[in-house]
Amino acid sequence: MKKFIRQLSLAFTFIVLAGALTACKGGASQSGTAAKANGAARTLSEIKSSGKVIIGVFSDKKPFGYVDSNGQYQGYDIYFGNRIAKDLGVKPQYVSVEAASRVEYAQTGKADIILANFTVTKERAEKVDFAEPYMKVALGVVSPTKAPITDVSQLKGKTLIVAKGTTAETYFTSNAPDVKLVKFDQYTEAYNALLDGRGDAFSTDNTEVLAWAKEHQGFTVGIKTLGNADTIAPAVQKGNKELLDWINNEINSLAKENFFHKDFAETLAPVYGNDVSADSLVVEGGKVS
Amino acid sequence: MPDSGINILFEGTNFLRLLGGLWVTVRISVVSVLLSILFGIIVGMIMTVRNPVTKALTRVYLDFVRIMPQLVLLFIVYFGVTTAFNVNLSGEVSAVIVFTFWGTAEMGDLVRGALLSVPKHQYESGEAIGLSGLQIYRYIIIPQTVRRLIPLAINLTTRMIKTTSLVTLIGVIEVLKVGQQIIETSRFTYPSASLWIYAIVFFLYFLVCYPISRLAKGLEKKWQN
Repeated sequence: MKKFIRQLSLAFTFIVLAGALTACKGGASQSGTAAKANGAARTLSEIKSSGKVIIGVFSDKKPFGYVDSNGQYQGYDIYFGNRIAKDLGVKPQYVSVEAASRVEYAQTGKADIILANFTVTKERAEKVDFAEPYMKVALGVVSPTKAPITDVSQLKGKTLIVAKGTTAETYFTSNAPDVKLVKFDQYTEAYNALLDGRGDAFSTDNTEVLAWAKEHQGFTVGIKTLGNADTIAPAVQKGNKELLDWINNEINSLAKENFFHKDFAETLAPVYGNDVSADSLVVEGGKVS
Repeated sequence: MPDSGINILFEGTNFLRLLGGLWVTVRISVVSVLLSILFGIIVGMIMTVRNPVTKALTRVYLDFVRIMPQLVLLFIVYFGVTTAFNVNLSGEVSAVIVFTFWGTAEMGDLVRGALLSVPKHQYESGEAIGLSGLQIYRYIIIPQTVRRLIPLAINLTTRMIKTTSLVTLIGVIEVLKVGQQIIETSRFTYPSASLWIYAIVFFLYFLVCYPISRLAKGLEKKWQN
């Protein structure tokens, strides 16, 4: 009996191994069009000849990157992405990324360009190459109007909600270690936590919290700018100089037509109304004023 | 204006998109669960072999899967394999690989437990009445094992279905992510949308998981006699 099982297990082990190998092969060839197999970024000519550029964007971060009720990607980042695709002469293919997976998408070439409201930081610049900025932000802190947080010192010993992998997480970890952080993978979860009172305040980019607070009665952005004003830029895989140069040229030439002001008017103004002026967020031609 | 968040469902193609997301969830779970059951039975049998090397290997495998968060495994397979082995896996294929890898280990342990829980005298009685090794398995051991296995396997299956919501981190848009996209898009027009959408997502998960537990209950009942 024991012998029987042993023979059986040996036979099956081989079948499993063989099966796993063929499964891998099958999977690889199916998705072979999405990116190059070896994880290296695609060159400009490869993107052009494939007919589509793969752009990593947020799918639940209105008004920067989101999916509308018809399943179409929309927002400030997508407005720019569509223009990039148009000027490359290809179709855009958007992939949904999360704050915590943006770097990996660029590193492995799963996306050609990341346009996911990506704040430029030193740590990230070691892993991906950033092009010229097209927006600028600082951190903001949103809290209930009943118990507003207007200064970081008020947060001492309180609970602050952050999203994993964001600049807010890094900022508070290194600059305010006495603030208790609750971390979430997704913005939706973070906002729900704030609504439920699982934290005293929520911090992320000021653009994001300003838009959110405007739509949610009983919440106010007590701290509108915190930390250094950061810039938001497209990112590509480290060393993909050809594509990087192309994007930089694109951003420079778009400045002539005030492209990002138009983008702001189309996608952000309806959300922020008069609270925020275009010049406080938009960067033209990569020059932060 | 009364704010009835349910309207959000009928705006654009929202409901169809939710169903599309559910289909992705179901597709990934069904393939992973079937593969896990198949491989799990095999691994479970291997786990009962009293060879120290086999024992150590399966032990390491099981502990590795138990200790590693599924999210880490997803990242390793989706991003890591691309850089390490020059293989570009799509998000869904990576998800199936990870969930099968995890499910096989868990299922294997369940099968092992179920096999070992059949008392020794069952084997001995089989031999006493002159059955061959294969016959003992076919008529005595496997039927008893399967009966002990069903409730545990169903538990694992529904757990796997629910855990598939992690695949959104590797770019696969499943039902929960579609729900969150709808909530985010409509948070200006329907602030109460999240409640409705989550309720519907809950209902959709229920629709998938409930028939499975019904089936299990039916089987258990049938085999009781």
